[in-house]
Formats: sequence, C-alpha cells, structure tokens
Amino acid sequence: MSMTSNVVLPKIVRVIPRNRNIEFLLLLFASGIHAFELAQVQLSTIEVLTPEFFLYWLPPTIFAFVLHLILRLRASEADPLILPIAMVLNGLGLSMIYRLDLGSIANGGTELFGVKQIIWTMIAMAVAAAVIIWVPSHLFLRRYVYVSMILGLGLLLAPSLPFIGRSINGARLWIGIGPLTFQPGELAKIALTVFFAGYLVTRRESLAIVGRKIFGIRIPRARELGPILVIWAGSLLVLILQRDLGTSLLYFGLFIVLVYVATGRSIYVIVGVSMFLTGALVAGRLMDYVSGRFDSWLNPFSPANYDAVGGSYQLAQGIFGLAHGNLLGTGLGGGIPHLVPLAESDFIIASLGEELGLIGLFAILIMYLLLVSRGIRIGFNHPDDFSKLLATGLSFVIALQCFIVIGGVTRVVPLTGLTTPLLAAGGSSLLANWIIIGVLLRISDSIGQGEKAVN
Amino acid sequence: MNRELKRVSILIFAMFLSLFIASTSIQVLGAEGYSQDQRNVRAVYDSYKTQRGAILVDGVPVAESQKADDVYRYTRIYANEMYSGVTGFFSIYQGATGLESATNSYLTGQNSSQFFEQISALLSGNPVQGASVELTIDPVAQKAAWDALGKMKGAVVALDPKTGNILALVSKPGFDANLLAVHSGAESNANYQTLITDKNNPLLNRAYSELFAPGSVFKVVVASAALESGAYKAESTFPNPSKLQLPGTNVFIQNSGEGKCGGKSTVTIADALRFSCNIPFAQLGAAIGQDTIRKQAELFGFGKKVMFPMTSTASVYPENMDNAQTMLSAFGQYDVKTNPLQMAMVSSAIANQGVLMKPNLVENVLSSNLSVLAAPQPEIFSQAVSQATANSVRDMMIGAVQRGVSGNARIKGVTVAGKTGTAQNGQGQPYTLWFTGFAPAEDPQVAVAVVVADGGGIGQGGVGNSLAAPIARKVMQAVLRK
Repeated sequence: MSMTSNVVLPKIVRVIPRNRNIEFLLLLFASGIHAFELAQVQLSTIEVLTPEFFLYWLPPTIFAFVLHLILRLRASEADPLILPIAMVLNGLGLSMIYRLDLGSIANGGTELFGVKQIIWTMIAMAVAAAVIIWVPSHLFLRRYVYVSMILGLGLLLAPSLPFIGRSINGARLWIGIGPLTFQPGELAKIALTVFFAGYLVTRRESLAIVGRKIFGIRIPRARELGPILVIWAGSLLVLILQRDLGTSLLYFGLFIVLVYVATGRSIYVIVGVSMFLTGALVAGRLMDYVSGRFDSWLNPFSPANYDAVGGSYQLAQGIFGLAHGNLLGTGLGGGIPHLVPLAESDFIIASLGEELGLIGLFAILIMYLLLVSRGIRIGFNHPDDFSKLLATGLSFVIALQCFIVIGGVTRVVPLTGLTTPLLAAGGSSLLANWIIIGVLLRISDSIGQGEKAVN
Repeated sequence: MNRELKRVSILIFAMFLSLFIASTSIQVLGAEGYSQDQRNVRAVYDSYKTQRGAILVDGVPVAESQKADDVYRYTRIYANEMYSGVTGFFSIYQGATGLESATNSYLTGQNSSQFFEQISALLSGNPVQGASVELTIDPVAQKAAWDALGKMKGAVVALDPKTGNILALVSKPGFDANLLAVHSGAESNANYQTLITDKNNPLLNRAYSELFAPGSVFKVVVASAALESGAYKAESTFPNPSKLQLPGTNVFIQNSGEGKCGGKSTVTIADALRFSCNIPFAQLGAAIGQDTIRKQAELFGFGKKVMFPMTSTASVYPENMDNAQTMLSAFGQYDVKTNPLQMAMVSSAIANQGVLMKPNLVENVLSSNLSVLAAPQPEIFSQAVSQATANSVRDMMIGAVQRGVSGNARIKGVTVAGKTGTAQNGQGQPYTLWFTGFAPAEDPQVAVAVVVADGGGIGQGGVGNSLAAPIARKVMQAVLRK
C-alpha cells in the first residue's frame, strides 16, 4: 500500500494543549470524584465506610496515574482530556455497579458484578497502556488493514458459530467457554474501524468519482457500490444471525459515515440509509423479534407489550426509574434501580438517571460529547488521512453506541442489546473501549509529531 | 475531509441533542405521570424508606415499624388484634385504612408541621423520621370492651363526655393486621382474600363505618327533641292503649311486653322511656313531627360525617316520611340508621349538660426528637340540648337503668344513666341489640354505646338489656376502675 498523493500537508495547528500537567490535575479531580461517589454509596447503603472502598477506588486511580506516566514518557503530546474523562466514566460505572451489588446483597442476591468489573478495569487499562507503549505510531496499524478485516469479521461472526456461540436475553452476541463469556463484537468494532479506515484511504479517489446524474444527483458507478453491498449484507447477516438490531446499526452506521468523510459524497449516505432502512423493515416483517422490539418501542406501556415475554417490561421499568430520579436524583444509594432487569449493564443509564437525576444524566452525556469531540478534533487536526479516518471512526463509534443505547433506554430508538461505553458492567466492552482510548491517545500524540510521522 | 467532519460533528450533536430532549421529557416533564402508573412500585417503596412512626397507647406501641432485612427496610408490626378497629392496616399491596390512613402524613413525616425537619433532612441527606401518634384510648377500657364482646359481632365506643376523647373503640371480629403487612405480595393478597370473603367481614368497622337500626336507643333523641320544643316535659302524658293502628295502614304496633305501658290509662314520657314503650313514643313522634326530630338528631350529629381523625359514616334520619313512618322512626325503626360512635355522642351530650364535644382519638403527635407537633384541644361539636333538657333526659335515663328495663347496666355504688335498644330487622331476622349511657350520672366520666349485631348469635332470643347492657357496664366499670 503506497501512500496516495493526496496527502496535502496542512499547516499544523497546535490547538491541543500538550500539557501533561493539565491531565495530572484533571486526573486528581477525577480520582476525587470517584472517591466521593464510593463514600456516598457506602454511607447511604451500609452506613459505614469499609476497606472495600479502597478495592474500588485505588485500582482505577493507580492505573490512571501509571497511564499518565507512560504518556509523559511515550506520548507527551497526547490529548490531556481523554484519559480523565474515560476515568470519570469508568469510575462512575464502578461506583454504580458496586452500589447495585450492595443493594443486591441486602436483598439476598448472589450474582455480583463489582469485583469482575474491577478486574476487567485493570486488564483494560493495562491493555490501553500496552497500546500506547507497543504501538509506536498511528501508521503501525495501517500495516494490518486486511488482517483487521479478517479479525473483525471473525470476531463479529464468532457468536453465530456452533458450540462456542451463546445467546443471552435473546441476542446471540456472546461466545463462551465454560462459565466465561465474552462479547467479541466489542473488539470487532475496533478491528473493523481500522479496516474501514485503511480500505477507504486507498479507495477514496475511485469512490469519489461518480457517474451519471439522475434527478440532479450523481449516482456512483455500479462497481463502487460493491463494497457497500457487501457491508450491507454483512450487517443484515448480523441482524439475522445474532438477533441484534443495535450491533447491525452500529457497524453499518460507522461504515457509511466513514465513506462519507472519505469521499465527501452524500449520495453514499442516502443510498446507505435507504438500504439499511429497507433491510430493517423487511427483517421487521419477517422476524417476530424485530417487530416485537418496534412494538415495545412505540407502546411500552400498553398491557399487551408490558406483559409479553421479552416485551416492554424492562423498558417501562427503566422509564419509571428515570422518572423517579426527577431533576436532582435520589442520590447514590437512595433509589431502587435494581427493580429494572440488567440494571448494571444494558440499563445502567436508567440506574444512574434515577440516582443522579436529570442533572447527573446531562453531566454524563456532556462527558461523552466531550470525549467524542476530542476524538473528532484529532480527526480535524491530523495531517494524515488514515489517522483522520481512524480517529473519526473510533470517536463516531462511541457516539453512535451511546446514541443507540441511551436512546434505547429513553425511547428515541428501539431498545437493543449494546452496552454503554465505559460505564456498563462487562469485560469485553471495557477492554474494547479502553483500547479505543489508547489508540486515540496514540493518534493525538502523533499530531504533534505530525511532520515526522508523515515523512 | 474537514468539511465532511464538520457535518459529522453536527450529526453527533443532533444525536446527543435528541438524548437531552428525551431524558428531559421523561425525567422532568413526564415524571409525575409515570410516578402514578400503578405498575410503578417506587412510590410504595418510598413510603417504606423512612421509619414510619408508631401508634401508641399510654406510650406502648400498638403499631410500629421495625427494621427488616429486605428492600422495604421496615416491617409494620401490630401488637394486638383488639386495636385493629383503631389502627386499621398498612399494606404494600392493599393500601391503608383506619388511623394508618387518617394520620399517614404524620406517620411518614411528610406533614407540613414537620417542614423544618424536612428542610434539615434535605440538607443533611438523612430521611425525615415519621412522627408517632399517641392515642386517647384507655387500654383498660379497650381490653374490657374487647373481652366483654367475646365472640359476638358488634362494636363498642366509649367517650369522655367532657373532652370528646375516645377511651375505647372496638369492632368485632377484629383482624390481624400483620397478615396484610407482610412483604410478600402473594401472601398479602391471599390473606386479604381470606379476610374480604370472611362472612363476618372483619375488615368492616362496626364502630363508625357500618350503620344499624337503633331501635329504642333512638328514643333518647326523640325525648330530647320533645323537651327542647318546649311543648313537653318529662311528666307530659299520652294515652296508653296496648295496640295502636298506624294511620293510613292496617298495621298495629305494640309495646315490647305486648301490653299497656304501666297500669294506668295514661303514661308519662319519663315512664315510656323507663319501660321503653313504643306506643307513647309513636304518639309523641307524630305530635312533634319529623322536622323537629330531624333538627334534634342533626344537633347530635346525624347526617354528618365526623373526622376523629378517621371519617365516620353519617347516621341517617330519613326525610319525607308519612305519618306512619314518622311514628315508626320515633322508636328507632323504619329507615333510621346509626352507629355506636353516633349513639355514644348522644349520651355524651346528655352527660355533658347538653354540650356535645367533638370525638377525638389523638392525644398528641410527637416528632422523632419528641417535640409535640400537634395536640388536639377539646372542641365543641354543638350545643345539642339545653342544660335543663339534658338534666331532665339524664334523669329519665337514670330511671331506665336504676328502676327500669335497662337494669343490667347497674354498677354498685355508681349512678348509671342509660337506655337499651332491641331493633328489629324484619320478619325472622336477628335483632340488633343496643345500649347507650353514661356514668356516674352526677359527674360523668364516660359515655358509652354498644351494638351487638346479628342478635349476638342467638337470633331473636336476646334483647339489649340481656346482651348489650352488661358489655357497657364492664366498659364503664373499667373506665371508673370500679
């Protein structure tokens, strides 16, 4: 793969504050917020501070400061906001999962998630550190574009395989060996983003050439539609095999946005969106599960949907929980979020909305928006097209996933089985999102070293 | 590519904007509606979050919330079935009745009198504790009433005539409110079904909710009306036949002994009350008219709901009756309906020189830090009759107990005033048996009303004096500690 000729070196705008000291202060703040949350959780549920506080507080704090040191040594120009935001979100998730565990213990529950989540947090942050250390530059990933494709498709389709594939709550998104389960789709999104970015960088010229004009719109040449058809078919396959509209929408949406950014042709968006809608509508007609999800979305409070098995009970209870939170929330430990099934994973946003209120939910949304905007900003400022697409893709995938999950809980879109990035319980999701954080940090550093890298 | 990136940024912003709007519409704009959805159990859980205040009798809890190890945090514990007619129940699944409902805002700590506690709770993060409610109930009298009713279906209300304080309030059969306070929905619902289908209907409060035909105890009201009208005195006489045809009908009424009322050709109002004769009262009723009787009945509280703080069912004196019906109503038949609380109020007014005090069950309300949030003061309900009428009716009632047909209420060394009643409920139906009265007549400490429903289990075999009067005697003895 040769670099294409279009790499026009823009004048390098040094807008990202390359100051690790800012990051240090923000990390102190993030660690303090986390400590405050944990103290509130313990005081309001068990009314005493126990050493478990440190079990939940120290690992993210220590790992974050280690990451900070690694950045000072290996990527000193990296964006200073990304790590603290990721830490706040991960810490908040931990606090809520721990709080739900305490509530569950009080009610005689035995299925706990907190310790698993702590272990996965440490593993995920260590892997993020490894990414920063071992991936020397953004271009490193370009060498593995087609490996990424195979890896991505393999991971994506693994749950559909016999023997290792597992269905949980109707969606076949997991692989499992014995008691261990893993959601490979989360890692697939990174591999596929690398593949999309690498593929589009090489093909953007030919994709951008469009053919005849019909109704004032330039139609792409038939052969350029090929890859889009392949990805479209793949998404529908995911929808059919894994019974999850969210995953399907996530990959297709990611691809369409990257094609648009790479080519600047809005026709791909129009064609892509209409293809996806057609596919989804046909699937909705043919598959009960999809039409059921639509019914539940439109009428979650109708008794028929509410009482149906796999109906809108969870969605309705989640909304009751959010409404219970009102403007200010009940305070951590003050609500009853465990009334909602999967309060620690799919519905963690309802749990947080109940206890932190609309204000807390807004703060969470703003942090995601800030995280995503930092990523998009890297895309804006990076001189290299591959890195631009990679940063944009990884940021957009976080944004789209937030939209699909939180939108599912708040009835903006039908509910699907994705997890809220960095917040929700689940090792695969944490691992994948921390890798994204690592890659974004790595790419943002290379802006500073831009000239060196491109040359 | 940056032009496209800018558009993607706008798209991302729009996606998040939709999340901001959706969450606002759920959490703020729609919150009220969602909280009222009956499938949303959070409001119920909330009511269990703070420790609900206790209901106390002489400082001893008859209902209290104790720590529980489940999501509801507290379990409501009821000490004794004999208070079920007072406390009612507090259930996650069946709601609340009785005092649990009537004083709910105090018990939950949400009453406006706890405003400052609520503010400090908001600032400190500790929930407001419920206030406890101390009752006016005399536990000795309550137990006497409960025991005296035995297995009979009925109710007792005892009042302090000078203050209106309720000293005893029993409805039988009672129920075990703990059965409904259990946290398991299946268990609570099953227990509720058992109670609601029980043929004795234990959840029905016979002391202030159910209405009964009063029979002869209503003669106290009619006698008061006659004296208040100024046209009659206790010694005023009426003809004394042994049978009387109701005007416009071929129905004859008789006195309960099926003879004359005493041996003379005429009978006084005082003797008619003493021997509980129907014919003279029918004539008296026709003479003074239904409007006079109704006016008097309403001064005693008929036709009004009383908040004490539970809400009673209003007693009924019918309207637009013809002469025959007026005559029947004058000895408490036809469609006259009342309950023990109302009849205790009638006795209490006579006992208190005509001044009817408003019944009240709450001595005071104490916040968790023991400051007094409310202490209801005695309130005048009405000047039901003049002092002279009260004294005159009192003397007639003394006659009924000391020298008349209500003798089973007599207490050695104490002058008791009272009146029995044996109301008919139709051909072959068991009687409703009554007693109402007060003691000591010279300085009344207690006014009481007893109703025994379904003939006390022996159909038409019992009368007020045989079944209801002894219960009233035991309650009065308990209050007077005699």
